[in-house]
Amino acid sequence: MADALLEVEDIVTQYGPVVALHGVSFRVPEGQIVTLLGANGAGKSTTLRTISGLLRVTRGQILFDGKPLHKMSPEQIVRAGVVQSPEGRQVFADLTVDENLEMGAYTRRDRAGIARDKQRVFEYFPVLGQRRSQPAGTLSGGEQQMLAIGRALMARPRLLLLDEPSLGLAPLIVREIFEIVQTINRDEGITVLLVEQDVALALHVAHYGYVLTTGTVALHGPSDQLRADESVRRSYLGY
Amino acid sequence: MNVGLQDIINGLAQGGVYGIVALALVLIFRSTGIINFAQGEMATFCTLLAWTFIVANGWPYWFGFTLTLGVAFLLGAAVERVVVRPVEKAPELVIVIVTLGLFLVFESLSHGIYTGPIKQLSWPLGEGAVRVGDLFIGKARIGVLVASLLIMLLIFAFFRYTKVGLAMRAATSNPNAARLMGVSVDRMLMLGWGLSSMVGAAAGIFVANLTGLDPSLMLGVLIYAFAAAVVGGLTSPFGAVVGGLIVGVLENIAGATSFIGSDLKTPAAFLIIVLVLLVRPNGLFGRARVVRV
Repeated sequence: MADALLEVEDIVTQYGPVVALHGVSFRVPEGQIVTLLGANGAGKSTTLRTISGLLRVTRGQILFDGKPLHKMSPEQIVRAGVVQSPEGRQVFADLTVDENLEMGAYTRRDRAGIARDKQRVFEYFPVLGQRRSQPAGTLSGGEQQMLAIGRALMARPRLLLLDEPSLGLAPLIVREIFEIVQTINRDEGITVLLVEQDVALALHVAHYGYVLTTGTVALHGPSDQLRADESVRRSYLGY
Repeated sequence: MNVGLQDIINGLAQGGVYGIVALALVLIFRSTGIINFAQGEMATFCTLLAWTFIVANGWPYWFGFTLTLGVAFLLGAAVERVVVRPVEKAPELVIVIVTLGLFLVFESLSHGIYTGPIKQLSWPLGEGAVRVGDLFIGKARIGVLVASLLIMLLIFAFFRYTKVGLAMRAATSNPNAARLMGVSVDRMLMLGWGLSSMVGAAAGIFVANLTGLDPSLMLGVLIYAFAAAVVGGLTSPFGAVVGGLIVGVLENIAGATSFIGSDLKTPAAFLIIVLVLLVRPNGLFGRARVVRV
């Protein structure tokens, strides 16, 4: 079996003395959308933060294209092609939309490529183009989410980490954003690791899913399988 | 009442200096939420260093000026790395005490190393004044005003048009998101302190043009600079500049009136500042922190 683009092997992450991840393992094959599901506090965001280097693993390893991501700094991880759109958008509120996108390309030097990628972001999210000179803090929640994703795209990721994009957004906007994510995955071949609380939505767009409970993987499988699974249906889908 | 254009111009030159120091204070406050109480003393120390380079060692003025700015930058960055960073996450009171401690350290250094009479450190723009109609404007004052405005413009341009300036603004706005973009927030903090120290040193050298140079150089300036920063709004660099000019002009106008005179000009200036804050608590250009939930 070919090595996956991202291999997370038995990672343990702690916040001080509190163990948040008790040995999490999963793999993300290249070109796919894989989702990490689970209730609040299950460890989904902690997993993404660990992958991005904001938290160190106490045990285990994270391999990206064979490279040991868990030993790299956040800057090196971005340069390697793993970029996150964080939970709660976390746009730079005082900076303009345009400047936010520029910051996304912080690790790059190719001006022409950056300009081209900015245009592509505006094609995916036209509203960002309309508001490009506005401070990001004045955008609506949905627009900020688009900006967060666009900002991540500016780093030319091979693997895009999306942390709870649906949080606090109206269903219509969420659907629109997820369609664009699917398009990006299809057209650009960007691999996506999606953390979501909205299980139905996540299983709709993802190819494969992992269900986390209190810091371990409880269940995993192709999305159709998960959707049909008894425990998933009862705990997360409500029927 | 003898208030005239002369006083306003003096006030603008003085205010230019307050503006730069206020700018240095705002720089650090915006990026770290820390008020650097040692700002003035660090600037004094660097100005005394400039005197050493230029007068004691006899090096060319502008060479000494630039060298001082370079040393100031390194000094500021080193202070951040060694003194401030370890207490960054401590409660505010601890950080305040640390910067007050820095104040004492640099004040002692200045007094200890530079004894003796008041020194002179004027730049080579020539003595005398320029005559415009009925006014005599000292060349030194014009120089200070122009140089202050120049520095402010450079700082604005740095933050607005350079990649590093943008990264620093991003690191201030949202440090965690900045890390996710690959920005070293720690390095940005060092840069911020270095820049602030550099700007402070420049301010010190300018003030030395207007008055004599001794270890108490920046004591008075610092208080006015604080007032300027508060009037302008502690988070607004533009406000710091405007605040500086306002405070400088007010101080000089108040001092010129026979009613207030130079004895009461300081309290008078502060009184007006209190009035401004009563009307606009966040300063003229400051923004109340709005957090979008």
